[in-house]
Amino acid sequence: MSTSTGAAASATSYEARFRVWRGDADGGGLHDFRVEVNDGEVVLDIIHRIQATQAPDLAVRWNCKAGKCGSCSAEVNGRPRLMCMTRMTDFARDETLTVTPLRAFPVLRDLVTDVSFNYEKAREVPGFVPPPGVAAGEYRMDQVDVDRSQEFRKCIECYLCQNTCHVVRDHEENKTAFAGPRFLMRVAELDMHPLDAAAQAGLDRRRTAQEEHGLGYCNITKCCTDVCPEGIKITDNALIPLKERAADRKYDPLVWLGSKIRRRGAASGPGA
Amino acid sequence: MATGTEPPRAPSPPARGTGASALTGVRSPGRAAVAARHLRTDRWWLQPAGTAAGLLAFVAYSVWRAFANADYYAAPYVSPFYSPCVAHDCVPMKGGADWDVFGGWWGLSPALLVLIFPLGFRLTCYYYRKAYYRGFWASPPACAVAEPHAKYTGETRLPLILQNVHRYFFYFALLVAGVLTYDTVLSFRDADGAWGHMGLGSLVFVVNIALIWAYTLSCHSCRHLIGGRLRHFSKHPVRYRLWGWVGKLNARHAQLAWASLVSVAVADFYVYLVASGVFGDPRFL
Repeated sequence: MSTSTGAAASATSYEARFRVWRGDADGGGLHDFRVEVNDGEVVLDIIHRIQATQAPDLAVRWNCKAGKCGSCSAEVNGRPRLMCMTRMTDFARDETLTVTPLRAFPVLRDLVTDVSFNYEKAREVPGFVPPPGVAAGEYRMDQVDVDRSQEFRKCIECYLCQNTCHVVRDHEENKTAFAGPRFLMRVAELDMHPLDAAAQAGLDRRRTAQEEHGLGYCNITKCCTDVCPEGIKITDNALIPLKERAADRKYDPLVWLGSKIRRRGAASGPGA
Repeated sequence: MATGTEPPRAPSPPARGTGASALTGVRSPGRAAVAARHLRTDRWWLQPAGTAAGLLAFVAYSVWRAFANADYYAAPYVSPFYSPCVAHDCVPMKGGADWDVFGGWWGLSPALLVLIFPLGFRLTCYYYRKAYYRGFWASPPACAVAEPHAKYTGETRLPLILQNVHRYFFYFALLVAGVLTYDTVLSFRDADGAWGHMGLGSLVFVVNIALIWAYTLSCHSCRHLIGGRLRHFSKHPVRYRLWGWVGKLNARHAQLAWASLVSVAVADFYVYLVASGVFGDPRFL
């Protein structure tokens, strides 16, 4: 009985090699660990086992362990991922896994980074502007009109897209001018919102997308889409449509003229 | 998002050692100290290398054919590189798009007058931009692989701000696709211009024009102009439905970009083989 149990255990578990970045803003490096892996485990389980058995002061940010809180973002073998959604079966058993903190943001300690850049950028995007004359409980929208925005609402704010975007990842100096894919997606979400009254309030979201949030920096290389754990088509459904909307306003005289004529004829209410 | 509860800005992280200000990107002061540009272990270079090789192969082929100014018409087939033929010295094409618009002063290949439009359409295409930014300019070479450039301004200034003219090339691409459709219809004739005939070339042309249309209509600008720019789909049910169809095509835009690139080269090469006498067009009818 004990023999068969032992054989089953050895078949379903193995010892993996991990290299985990440890340190802080003053310096650090990759530390080697050999750690047990069991069937069905994810990278975050292994980091927790390292923490429990070998490095009790290892700092790691996590919360739901279900791919919904967006806390455990890190880079596994150089690829930005949620550790809780990265299965160990995705890797060969003899492969050494390297786990580092997000490399676009300042490190606080070990696998924990300071993501306050994202919160600063979030505050720079003006929120939903309520339509005049409609009370909060009286908003009515057709489902087809909100489908697009609802895709973007799936965002769990893990900031993997912000981390992988080369505009800020490879160019620290661009962080001032560029909001990043997550917040350009927020601008797109609001610009597509059927009840957003920003235009009536004098806020041109297409202009601000270009002039204040750095839309032109995006060269649509789709890394944000590639890493999104929610599968949001950030580039195709948010960034490119936003670029096209900006082009309507700034580079297409036909569309510009048409919208001017329509606006003159329209009595009130949001656009088409 | 604008909550009005902004906390005080966090202090900047301390620089790591002397001379750190010269470092940027993933080696910026305050970020995790990892010397490597990337830690990816997969073959991330394969996709940009393959893209660059494929595009270079097409550029080499099309430059050869565009400047050749020969072997582009074998009745009833005209090469898509030379149609419409708008120069004075075009080979006469029975009923074809052989229009002397430019007069005799144009001394170069007539293909150059036409190819500028599909070239501009593909050069400013959102998919091809991704492909050549990655493949040729390494900006970035792959996701989470540091790019080699010290500075990056993207499409905020000249010349790359001109990518915003994509929709104009889309309009021209529609015209070019219309002419190629006409050429495909003409391919169902025999060499004397009689209707009701077809050969292997007719099938090549049909496949090519189907892919050209699919690629053209799957364009992101098309998707935007046909309905994406609307805020209320519910008020425009026809445009909403069209937007949905274009969206389905748009999801395959990259594959269609490559398929149509290959098909247009194959169609041209087929005409070249027939026109130069290397190959006889098998006739079915």
